[in-house]
Amino acid sequence: MSDFWVHLLVYLVILFGFVIVSVLLFIWLERRFIGRFQLRPGPNRAGPFGLLQPIADAIKVLIKEDIIPTESDKGVFWLAPLVAFVPVMLMFAAIPFADGAMLVDLNIGILYILAVSSVTVIGIFMAGWSSNSKYSLLGAMRTIAQEVSYEIPLVLSILGVVMLTGSLSMNEIVKAQSVPFVLLQPLGFFVYLSAAMAEINRTPFDLLEAESEIIAGFHTEYSGMKFGLFYLMEYAEVLAISAIATTLFLGGWQGPLLHPVIWFITKVLIIFMFIIWVRATIPRLRIDQVMAFGWKFLLPLSLANLVITAFEILAAPDMNTAVLIGINIAVMFGLILLFSRFYKLGGGRVSVK
Amino acid sequence: MSALSNTGGGILKGMRLTFKHLFRPWITVQYPEEKLTMSKRIRGTQVIWVKETCIACLACARACPVKAINMEVSRGEDRKLKVDHMSIDFGLCVFCGLCVESCPTKTSIYMGYGYETTTYRCTNVEKAEGQSRSECRCRELILTGDELAPSATRVLSGYDRPDAAEKLAEQTLLINKKGYFER
Amino acid sequence: MAIKTESFILNIGPQHPSTHGVFRLRLILDGEVITDLEPVFGYLHRGIEKLAEGRTYLQDIPFTDRLDYLGSMTNNHAYVMAVEKLAGITVPERAEYIRVILDELQRIASHLAGLGFFLNDLGALQTPLLYMFREREKIVELFDMCSGQRLNYNYYRFGGFVQDLPEEFLPALKKLLDTLPGFIDEYEQLISTNEIVLIRTKGVGVLKRELAINSSAAGPVLRASGVNWDIRRNDPYSIYDRFEFDIPTAQNGDTYDRYMVRIREMRQSVRILRQAVKDLPEGEIMGKAPKLLKPPAGEVYSRIEGPKGELGFYLVSDGTDKPYRWRVRPPCLLNLSALKDMVVGWKVADLMAIFGSIDIVMGEVDR
Repeated sequence: MSDFWVHLLVYLVILFGFVIVSVLLFIWLERRFIGRFQLRPGPNRAGPFGLLQPIADAIKVLIKEDIIPTESDKGVFWLAPLVAFVPVMLMFAAIPFADGAMLVDLNIGILYILAVSSVTVIGIFMAGWSSNSKYSLLGAMRTIAQEVSYEIPLVLSILGVVMLTGSLSMNEIVKAQSVPFVLLQPLGFFVYLSAAMAEINRTPFDLLEAESEIIAGFHTEYSGMKFGLFYLMEYAEVLAISAIATTLFLGGWQGPLLHPVIWFITKVLIIFMFIIWVRATIPRLRIDQVMAFGWKFLLPLSLANLVITAFEILAAPDMNTAVLIGINIAVMFGLILLFSRFYKLGGGRVSVK
Repeated sequence: MSALSNTGGGILKGMRLTFKHLFRPWITVQYPEEKLTMSKRIRGTQVIWVKETCIACLACARACPVKAINMEVSRGEDRKLKVDHMSIDFGLCVFCGLCVESCPTKTSIYMGYGYETTTYRCTNVEKAEGQSRSECRCRELILTGDELAPSATRVLSGYDRPDAAEKLAEQTLLINKKGYFER
Repeated sequence: MAIKTESFILNIGPQHPSTHGVFRLRLILDGEVITDLEPVFGYLHRGIEKLAEGRTYLQDIPFTDRLDYLGSMTNNHAYVMAVEKLAGITVPERAEYIRVILDELQRIASHLAGLGFFLNDLGALQTPLLYMFREREKIVELFDMCSGQRLNYNYYRFGGFVQDLPEEFLPALKKLLDTLPGFIDEYEQLISTNEIVLIRTKGVGVLKRELAINSSAAGPVLRASGVNWDIRRNDPYSIYDRFEFDIPTAQNGDTYDRYMVRIREMRQSVRILRQAVKDLPEGEIMGKAPKLLKPPAGEVYSRIEGPKGELGFYLVSDGTDKPYRWRVRPPCLLNLSALKDMVVGWKVADLMAIFGSIDIVMGEVDR
């Protein structure tokens, strides 16, 4: 019995520390990296190489005045950052850092993670609604539409991996990857990454806080530590998405020479750098285009991925792995080309009387 | 409207270009540790008046579009004009350089080379009774007489003055920066 | 079953990251669709036209700098040309060639700034903006070399210029002309085939040909709607009839076409610059102009093709050394006349794209 409590306490401390330190590191990394893409150094004044910059940001956010609009719904306004941030921390309970090194080895690991991550949507909507401001309301309306509709391709893309493994437990999924699943399920990886970027509002889907249109979307009226929590939530979600992607598709903590935790962190960093690279390059989409992309492009692709995976498992379970990889990659390119030819974008001018 | 006719190829091309930029040197100048050399004809935030060669013709005061130059002249005993009071209000001055062009002697008024004329606090303040610090007039903006003379910090700029331009250093140009044109 | 909805008023206020200055728009929205639009401007009005009446013609040149502050050289040129027409001053050959060089450089610089901010509004996180400002920096340094300032040049005078070009100018300009087309190719690689830019801008904010002509649009906005009208070709001023260049036009009049017209105009400007640098003659820099200019009584309207459109000056002189009436035809303000027709029916996100593609500078709209 006391084993259980010791294990719980140790992992709570480790997880908290890991998340907070990683979020600070990610903030620093992102700003330096985007700066290098844009021919400038990024922050380099606060501490050597600007390493103390996130701490300076955190201190600044903590000592700012906490402004609450008079017309806002005060209870909901106060609760919204908590409802948005806590589920993200809960997600890390089921992610393996090394063999069996996780807070709790649930046998429904991935289902738990997906369920908990959907609660953040409520938090964001509460923030937008309770601020009683038109910009925030616009942001909240866009949030609900986007985040709820991208849940479906997200879940369906993971189902392929689950079918290959035969179990929902995260640790089992990592152990079943003799070949990283990104090679066996390239289409699933593509759909997962796109849907996940849409879930966490990263460019090109970051219209929820589009600075050039609605100032700051749902957190326009927030200041002080409440804003700090939203800011932390954003980067913690990126960390969570990268961690899930490495566990499901890149082979988790597996790797030849180094310690498993180092492999895990390296793979997380690789995916994070790819996400930054995309953010630095392309502009953002409009809300109806985001919806069209999710429903008309990603959803059929993920369904097709399911069907093909099921077919391969049932019809040819003993095929040579290399041949299977080749077939899958070819099918992915073929399907994406085919779907993009037939992808019709709606929207456009609405006639106004 | 079939939108993705390139199937994402355009986005990948753009990402390749951004990736290439990771290997280019950055173009930021880390002020104040590194500073650029300004142009020889810079119209900096200073105006320099040389009292010795001034003939008190009031041409610069008449040429100023915002009436920042305030000169009072009088005729001395030897029937020559001399300057009683000369002040330039740098709160009004737009640093256009019309006064420099209008001087007939071409050696009495110059634009300044320096551009770092900011201070942390205004020390020379004119305050009336009961006025707070934010309501009063900063006298530091108005320079008179000898404060306008050239000195170590007030270097002459070569705007419309080729003899002063020759004494200044070459301008740093971005187009001459090394390691920059390899695409 | 019709759902009962209510339209609400959104105020894109004077302080906004995307309005290119202090410009206020009152939108009436139905969900995300814009049903009505009311622009309110005047927040940057400084009374330049009235102030100019109390000063001599020479003292008004710094005021023209501050109209479209991203394109100062062409503003100076338009005004100086008007006064020269009024007073009958001729400009020597070398000065005319240098005027063409500086105007075309200013056109490239202004288009770079305008396109950079347009892409910023679309959401590309300042990356194209910084790339374009790097090139603009090179041009602005050249201007700094000859006039002494980086934004408000005050370089043109009646009959020529203040001072001749310094000797470092031409080698640096030739170096710039060698590399600039390569960098414009890079911009096209980053933006012109990007699917997201295509989805956001193709077919958005169409300005039809008839409406463009009727609402006094000019410059790239007009040429993107299919009208082949450029004052350098149709009503040549200075020595533009000696250069060969194309006038880029486009057919649809949507946002993407306005972007493409500007990119192509930059390439044509490089072409003109190469010809001008090759033919630059020696000579004097200043024509005969009296120190105290008192033009004869009369009126004049002269116009040039600025980067934003047709910039015109209407001057009335009554024989004294101060103008009687000093009027500017602001291209940015008149390009905005058709804003409501372009925007109604689109969504809030498109409003920013359309507004950014018209490329306005508030200094000129409000004067």
